[in-house]
Amino acid sequence: MSLDKEKIKHVAKLARISVDEAKVDSLTKDLNSIFKFIEQLNELNTDKVEPLTSILNQSLRSRKDEISDGKIREKILKNSPKKNEEFFVVPKVIE
Amino acid sequence: MSNITNQSLSEILESIKSKKISSLELTQAYIKNIENAKKLNAFVTTTFDQALENAKKFDNKPNNEQLLSGVPLAVKDLFCTENVKTMAGSNILNNFVPSYESTVTKNLWNNGAFLLGKLNCDEFAMGSSNETSFFGNVINPIGDHLVPGGSSGGSSSALAADLTPATIGTDTGGSIRQPASFTGTVGLKPTYGLCSRWGIVAFASSLDQAGPMTKTVNDCSIMLEAMSGFDEKDSTSINKKKETYSKNLKDNIKGLKIGIPKEYRVDNMPKEIDELWEKGKKILKDLGAQLIDISLPHTKYALPTYYIVAPAEASSNLARYDGVRYGYRSQKGKDLIEMYENTRSEGFGDEVKRRILIGTYVLSSGYYDAYYLKAQKVRQLIKKDFDDSFTKVDAILTPSTPSSAFKIGEKTNDPVSMYLNDIFTVPVNLAGLPALSLPAGLDKQGYPLGLQLIGKALDEQKILNIGYAFEKNCGYKNEIKKWWS
Repeated sequence: MSLDKEKIKHVAKLARISVDEAKVDSLTKDLNSIFKFIEQLNELNTDKVEPLTSILNQSLRSRKDEISDGKIREKILKNSPKKNEEFFVVPKVIE
Repeated sequence: MSNITNQSLSEILESIKSKKISSLELTQAYIKNIENAKKLNAFVTTTFDQALENAKKFDNKPNNEQLLSGVPLAVKDLFCTENVKTMAGSNILNNFVPSYESTVTKNLWNNGAFLLGKLNCDEFAMGSSNETSFFGNVINPIGDHLVPGGSSGGSSSALAADLTPATIGTDTGGSIRQPASFTGTVGLKPTYGLCSRWGIVAFASSLDQAGPMTKTVNDCSIMLEAMSGFDEKDSTSINKKKETYSKNLKDNIKGLKIGIPKEYRVDNMPKEIDELWEKGKKILKDLGAQLIDISLPHTKYALPTYYIVAPAEASSNLARYDGVRYGYRSQKGKDLIEMYENTRSEGFGDEVKRRILIGTYVLSSGYYDAYYLKAQKVRQLIKKDFDDSFTKVDAILTPSTPSSAFKIGEKTNDPVSMYLNDIFTVPVNLAGLPALSLPAGLDKQGYPLGLQLIGKALDEQKILNIGYAFEKNCGYKNEIKKWWS
């Protein structure tokens, strides 16, 4: 299959990345060459193969449901590009 | 004293222990080297003041009982370091100062080492040449026009140029082994789960693994011992007893069975790589190992599988960069959605965007079965190839890369040709196995070439032992002219 410009713009929307109109052509070309490469997998019949879900022969551990950390609001807010004393600040969402 | 930085980590540790050199003198020697090597662009952050303080502290009260007593180390800038900027080669993290330390680096510091600086890498470890870094490409000390490999290119360059006695990288598809091969150094990707992923900037969580990059195999065993171990904070960390790789290092490999997979002889592979492989086989055979022809029939599908699985996981992991909680935020956009879109567009470089788009597409409604599920099935077949082979052999010998270091700019316009560089390294990540890249010779241009030893899961000791024996009998020595200083 091939990806056209419209589809790429749609995927970019899903990924929340704005795409520069001037770059759409080269992006389309690159992605199509990558997908052509990826689609070699279609040569293989995998009807009877179970998909791999973990490469470790162990299941994920579960931990006790208890609080082990907390009261670090300052640390968490420290790297925010915009904040007030208690919250992350974002552009207005509700009109 | 002037050439202390030429030495291996184990020799340096010996010199510190016997007080031939102080930790402060050692640290000063590295700082001098680093200041003279700005042209290589290997460092993105230096922590000299902190390192000198730590060295003095060590000298005042030396504790030589630790694995890395009194040694300064630079690490890949993908490891979060407390109160030291961690940028992962990306503009989107260029102001990020973690308030915590990654488990792997913490393990190094708990073993007596201290931080010298942070090393450049491909953006979010996505690249094979260090050319995708927002902070500029890194130069290979082998030649001023050559890439150092990637994504741990700052690590390989700094190590080969004597700017750090040893270092650590991360390997998602070859990012430790390929740069090691390009710089004539040793690199190990451990078994998935052996080293904690906690505090490492995530790329593809089912493939990412941290590992050592060193000048010798012995150094590699010391570093692995120091950095590995169970960690409750990583849900896929393997809970097992810690091994003493350096103490158990042996060079007797008599009777071991070494598999030679026929699928690793690819079309258009330079004759020199084939000759190097033959040389490696001969060395191991002369040491008493038995060579066995094996087949890993799904090898050619590893790279296409990787380019579904890794971008899929990356697109999910990198969703966190939204300009709200940390990192870069665009000032453009009239609402929240536009702020997200502009932040991510301005903050990520082209390769990272490409991979996020691939990942988003292969996971999107209607395409999941055709791509992601298909890839996870093929991944099962690739893993089974290895499982089957390891019933017959102890380890597998292959070339590390299909070429020596290439020129800066040579592959940047053709993503697929760049991806093909990882053809021999990627299968190991998909199967979660350990693999060691060893310097083994030079091509006709005089550039280093590496061979790779692949082991069973958690069989690091065995491939280190084979590597140790190989190193003693191969006679490879990195001779790098310091043209940059």
